[in-house]
Amino acid sequence: MTDTLLEVRGLTVRLPVGGELRPVLRDVSLSLQAGESLGLVGESGSGKSMTARAIDRLLPSGAQVGGRITFDGVDVGGLSGAALRRYRQQVAMVFQDPRAHVNPVRRVGDFLTEALTSNFGVADGPARKQALDMLEQVGIDHPDRRMRQYPHELSGGMLQRVMIASALLTKPRLLLADEPTTALDVTTQAEVMAILNELRAQFGLAMIFITHDLELAAAVCDRTAVMYAGQVVEMQESEQLHEDPLHPYTAALAGARPDINRTAERLIAIPGRPLSAFEAPLDQCAFTSRCPFVADVCRSALPPLLHISTGDSRCFRAEELRGRLATVIA
Amino acid sequence: MLSGRGTSRPAGHGDRVSIPVLEVQGLRKSFGDLVAVNDVSFILPPAGSLAIVGESGSGKTTIARMIVGLERATGGQIAACGNDRSRPARSARDRRRRGREVQIVFQDPYTSLDPRQNARQAIEEILRLHLSLSAEQRHSRVDELVDLVGLDDRQARALPGALSGGQRQRVAIARALAAEPRVLILDESVAALDVSIQAQVLNLLADIRDRTGVSYVLISHDLAVVRQLTEDTIVLHRGCVVERGKTAAILDDPQDEYTRLLRASVPYPGWKPMRRRSPEVQKEAVER
Repeated sequence: MTDTLLEVRGLTVRLPVGGELRPVLRDVSLSLQAGESLGLVGESGSGKSMTARAIDRLLPSGAQVGGRITFDGVDVGGLSGAALRRYRQQVAMVFQDPRAHVNPVRRVGDFLTEALTSNFGVADGPARKQALDMLEQVGIDHPDRRMRQYPHELSGGMLQRVMIASALLTKPRLLLADEPTTALDVTTQAEVMAILNELRAQFGLAMIFITHDLELAAAVCDRTAVMYAGQVVEMQESEQLHEDPLHPYTAALAGARPDINRTAERLIAIPGRPLSAFEAPLDQCAFTSRCPFVADVCRSALPPLLHISTGDSRCFRAEELRGRLATVIA
Repeated sequence: MLSGRGTSRPAGHGDRVSIPVLEVQGLRKSFGDLVAVNDVSFILPPAGSLAIVGESGSGKTTIARMIVGLERATGGQIAACGNDRSRPARSARDRRRRGREVQIVFQDPYTSLDPRQNARQAIEEILRLHLSLSAEQRHSRVDELVDLVGLDDRQARALPGALSGGQRQRVAIARALAAEPRVLILDESVAALDVSIQAQVLNLLADIRDRTGVSYVLISHDLAVVRQLTEDTIVLHRGCVVERGKTAAILDDPQDEYTRLLRASVPYPGWKPMRRRSPEVQKEAVER
C-alpha cells in the first residue's frame, strides 16, 4: 500500500504520576490513507486525546513511549530539531477550546501569519494575502477587519474557524482535530463540520477526528475507532460500525445515548464508570466489569485486536455475538 | 411552621394540583441596550417537566437565574407555588421559603460544591437550614437521599475532590433535593457527563420524579436529552420564545424556521452538514 499516510503500530504510552509510570495508552494500532478520515471515539480517560498528542509528538515530558509511528514512511519517534518542525507543519492540530490555544494579546492577523513568515520564509505581504484567503474559505466575513481584531472580540465559533484557518495555512496533509466542535452550538457545529469537509476534499487532507459523540463520528468519518481504557476496542467503517457493532462497548455506548426520535422507557445505562488505562486489569478484557455479555473466556486473558470480516474487535466473543449486539442498541 | 411541613411530602400534591408550581409571565431582562430575555411566559404543573431549549446567548440561563433569584427581572412576573418571587426576598425567612420551592443544579459539578464538605455534610447543612428534624431524623434522611441518588457510603463521606464528575453531580442533585423543592431547575446538568454516566443520571432523574412528584425545568441545548426527560418544550432564540408545545411534537415536526435549523443540525449516520450563508447569519457576524 503506497499511499498509507500514517501508521501507528503497538503504541504504548506511560506518564509519570506521583513518582510512578502510569499507562495511558496500551497497544494502540491504526493506519490512515492519504485523504481519509478516521473518527476516534471514547469517554474521558479512554486515551483518544493522548493518541493524537503522541502522533504529533506533543506528549508531556517524562512520557515513556513504546511502539512505532510512521508518517509517509518516516519514523516519527526519531525526529528532532528542524525535521520535527517540518513534520509538525504537515500534521496540524485543532483543539476543543480555541481560547486556550491562542495568544490573547496578539491580533488574529499576527497569529495567522506567524508560522508562514517565521517557518516558511514567506514575506509579510504574501503571508497576509494567504491568511485573508484562508479566512474567507472558512466562512469568515470581513476578513480584513478580523485580522486586526483580538481573539476576545470573536465568538467561539468564529475563533474556532480562525484556528482551522491557521491549521490549514501551512498546507498540512493530516489534521488532528481534538473535539473541535464540542464547545460550539449545534448549528455552529454543523457549519464548522461542513467547512472542514469542504476543505478536506479541496486539499486532499486526511483527518483524525476525536469526539465523544459516536453519531457525529459516524456522520463525518469514513472509519471509526472506539477506544476504552487506553485501547482501541473496535474499528470499522463508520456506517457498518453503527449498524453492526463488533464490540459490546460500542453497542452499549450507542444504546446509552438518548434518541432524539423517541423517548425510551429507560435508557440502557452501562453500570459503573469508564475505566482509565491505569485502572484496567492487565490479564483480562478491560470491559469485563461493565459488560452484559461477560463470560469466563473474557477473564482468561487480555483480548487482542482481531480482524472479523468487516472490521477489528478486541472482544473474544465478537464472532459469536455478531448481530446480537445491535439489538442492545435498538 | 417549617416543622409542620416536615419530611412527609413525596408525591402528596393533591391539594395543590390546581396551582402551577411555577408560573412565568411576560418575563423580561435587559442588560443595558441588550434585551437578553424578551416577554417569556410558561406554566409548569406539579410533577411536570419542561425544557427550555436554545443556543448560547438565547437567554435560557438568564431565565433560570431570575427564577432562583440570582438575577433580578427587568419586567414580568415569576411565581412559584402561587408565591410571587419577581422581587428580591425581603427576609431570611422569605429566602428560605423560596429555597424550599425551587432549587437548581448547575452544569459544572466541579465548581458548584464546597471542596471542604463531603456529600453527607453538604446534604445535612440543607436539612438543618430548611427542616426542623432531630439529629436522628436528619441522619436517616441523609441516608435516604444518598441512597436515592445512588452514592455508596464511601462516596458519601468523600470530599468532592475525590469524586468523579458523575458522582459530584449526584451529590449536587441530592443536596438540591434535600430542601424538598417543588421545582428542580437542571441547567445543563448532564451536559458535561460522559455518555455512559449521563444515561445513569437521566434514569435517576426520571426515577426521582416518579417517586417524589418534583417538577423539572431542564435547560439544555441537547435535543436528545430533552426528548428523554421532558413532556413540554419552549424554544428560545435571542431571548424570544419562537416555538412551544409538546416535546415530541416539536422534535418530530418543528414549525418554526429556527427550530427546524436546530433539528437539522443534530448529526446522525449519513448526515451531511450544510454550510449556510443566510442573511441573518451574516448580520450576526457583522454585529460581533
